Amino acid sequence: MTGKQPFEAVVTTHGATVLRVCRAVLGGNDADDAWSETFLSAMKAYPDLPSDANVEAWLVTIAHRKAIDVTRATARRAIPVAQTPDTAATSTVDGHGLDGDLADMLTALPPKQKQAVAYHYLADLPYTDVAAILGGSIDASRRAAADGIATLRRAYPRVPTRKGEPR
Amino acid sequence: MNTDDLTRDLARAFPADTDHLNRLHDRLVDAAQAEGILDVVYRDVDSPVGPLLLAATDLGLLRVAYASEDHDAVLRALAERIGSRILHAPARLDTVARQIEEYFDGRRRSFDVPLDWRLSQGFRQTVLRHLPEIGYGHTASYATVARLAGSPKAVRAVGTACATNPLPVVVPCHRVVRSDGGMGGYLGGVDAKRTLLTLESAA
Repeated sequence: MTGKQPFEAVVTTHGATVLRVCRAVLGGNDADDAWSETFLSAMKAYPDLPSDANVEAWLVTIAHRKAIDVTRATARRAIPVAQTPDTAATSTVDGHGLDGDLADMLTALPPKQKQAVAYHYLADLPYTDVAAILGGSIDASRRAAADGIATLRRAYPRVPTRKGEPR
Repeated sequence: MNTDDLTRDLARAFPADTDHLNRLHDRLVDAAQAEGILDVVYRDVDSPVGPLLLAATDLGLLRVAYASEDHDAVLRALAERIGSRILHAPARLDTVARQIEEYFDGRRRSFDVPLDWRLSQGFRQTVLRHLPEIGYGHTASYATVARLAGSPKAVRAVGTACATNPLPVVVPCHRVVRSDGGMGGYLGGVDAKRTLLTLESAA
């Protein structure tokens, strides 16, 4: 089979990962817009994509650019709105709040760190691809991700770890 | 916390649930349609002869496929031949899906949807375009269809045209049978052909 998969297969295979990445980098409704823009733009370009291309890296590259566009557009129309209750994650004893906390912490990272963590840990891209998306060296991408992860680890100790283990 | 835990926790912190993805998918279909970049849309429809794949272009219904043809393989072939910008878009095929359901319920005798004939060329297409002249509940021999198509000697070519009909059920190649009364072959299998002929003779 030398030919290309129907685009539907691209959406079903990579839709979830791209949404996670958009949510990590943008959060909220902006993530939906970035996802939509990414797949519409990818669909336009799809016939010209070489059939041996790494589709996930290609999509994350597009998502990265779309996220930047969306961020700029949002900043331009920046009208302060009241914080909606469901975006403010609250910690609870049973641990439900932890996911929300982790999300907030990642979103609060400096952009390069946040993007490096999202593209490497959520999209599972190797640092060569992350560097190609972010610009700069492979080492710089690796460092940005490591710095981001270090911050997350400091701020987000998994609780409880093991019974009796010192925290 | 090791890296695997972190990856898992991150994935959970940024969920991508099916309902949400389905809504985004619907939005994508609408946007792609508005931009005019959709090559093919498709859906499944259940029937007494198994799930049928329906695929359409802007021009009309392009392909009906039996499960035995392997729907994934059919879609890959369409990507190759028509274009790779293919999306699952059930709502765009509601009309034909409803007509097929009515047909299998015995409430419909002919189909009234635009057809995109481009998957069939030359004499084969000529043959297929004549098939609706064989009325519901009737059959015709390969030789009769060859005469209808204007080439009385092209009996074998009629067989080939029927065997490669891209629009089975809707374009009624199941009504073409052998002159000795035998059913002849069918691209959806002889059982499917028998089911369709029985359905039509009962109504």
